[in-house]
Amino acid sequence: MTPPQRKRRHPGQEPPPPPPPPRAAEPGGEEQGRPKNPERLYVITGPDGARAELDLVTLIVAREEIPPSVTPEQATLLRLCTSPLSVAELSAYLGLPFSAMTVLITELITAGLVQARAPIVRQALPDRSILEAVMHGLQKL
Amino acid sequence: MDFKSSDTIPGPRTEDHLPQTAQAAVKIVIVGGFGVGKTTMVGSVSEIRPLTTEETMTQAGVGVDDNYGSDSKTATTVAMDFGRISITDRLVLYLFGTPGQERFWFLWNGLFEGALGAVVLVDTRRLEVSFDVIGRLEERGVPFAVAVNSFPDAPRYPVEELRTALDLAPDIPIVECDARRRSSSRDVLMTLMRFLHSLAMTGALV
Ligand SMILES: Nc1nc2c(ncn2[C@@H]2O[C@H](COP(=O)(O)OP(=O)(O)OP(=O)(O)O)[C@@H](O)[C@H]2O)c(=O)[nH]1
Ligand SMILES: [Mg+2]
Repeated sequence: MTPPQRKRRHPGQEPPPPPPPPRAAEPGGEEQGRPKNPERLYVITGPDGARAELDLVTLIVAREEIPPSVTPEQATLLRLCTSPLSVAELSAYLGLPFSAMTVLITELITAGLVQARAPIVRQALPDRSILEAVMHGLQKL
Repeated sequence: MDFKSSDTIPGPRTEDHLPQTAQAAVKIVIVGGFGVGKTTMVGSVSEIRPLTTEETMTQAGVGVDDNYGSDSKTATTVAMDFGRISITDRLVLYLFGTPGQERFWFLWNGLFEGALGAVVLVDTRRLEVSFDVIGRLEERGVPFAVAVNSFPDAPRYPVEELRTALDLAPDIPIVECDARRRSSSRDVLMTLMRFLHSLAMTGALV
């Protein structure tokens, strides 16, 4: 029996990207060598002015005791992330879509109530020690 | 934003809490056509009960005559299964399995761009259901390994025949697996990691 046959594609073969969505996207902020992504919506500014983006696996940690001034929704979220939890896990536990989750979290970051720990993403010059750490961790499974 | 009253909110079980020292996370995406075993693989290696997150995607540029007011844009809810593996007390690995229509996964901002790499699951009874996603990974320069899920009644092809059929570059790893078994799924992830490491050594990673 002969399997069906695929034909290889190559980088940059994509059709031209669709026009940006009507919602205002934060422009720019492109790191070197990464493709332009018109749909990058979740750019946030930390207390130190550093720009960070909320990823599915950005780890969110509550900074301190929950102040009485917060809304019940915020209190719930703060209780969930007394130990670090990814945005994806928060979204799953709270039953909220990812983008709604990022709105809530961004408010808390702006208020200085939570800290966001950025993920390590694929890079042109990857940190080999990270790859090695992952291999080592998997070996122990 | 109305989620349920705070005392009924489910949260992580005690054993599912990450240590305070957890500094950063990395992610790997598991892709493949309908029913190839993506959810099974995420579940078999995850240390937490697999969870689901979702997002509503508006597919821009679909309606050619885009008249506002009448809702001509297609909004689709994209759900994503995911699991987690603690690597060290500082580093966490998340695995995302992507059900549904693959063209929507690629609208998920940063999912593939930020991932260390991807695992493509294929089922030799229906190889063609994984063709499109492989092409999309190639277009975006996302490094991947191919795992052939060994369903009992599936035809078995020699690896080189599969490589030809899938038109894969000679260096792309192809391994057999049983996604239901943790050790087998772990070995698939190890294969991907070794491949990524070799790309890093040769400076070939995009
Ligand atoms: N024999 C065998 N069966 C498997 C294996 N992996 C998955 N299955 C079975 O195949 C079926 C589909 O697996 P899923 O993990 O739900 O597949 P999926 O890719 O997540 O499917 P969708 O999300 O619907 O696209 C389930 O009944 C699994 O038990 C495998 O390695 N071997
Ligand atoms: Mg599934």
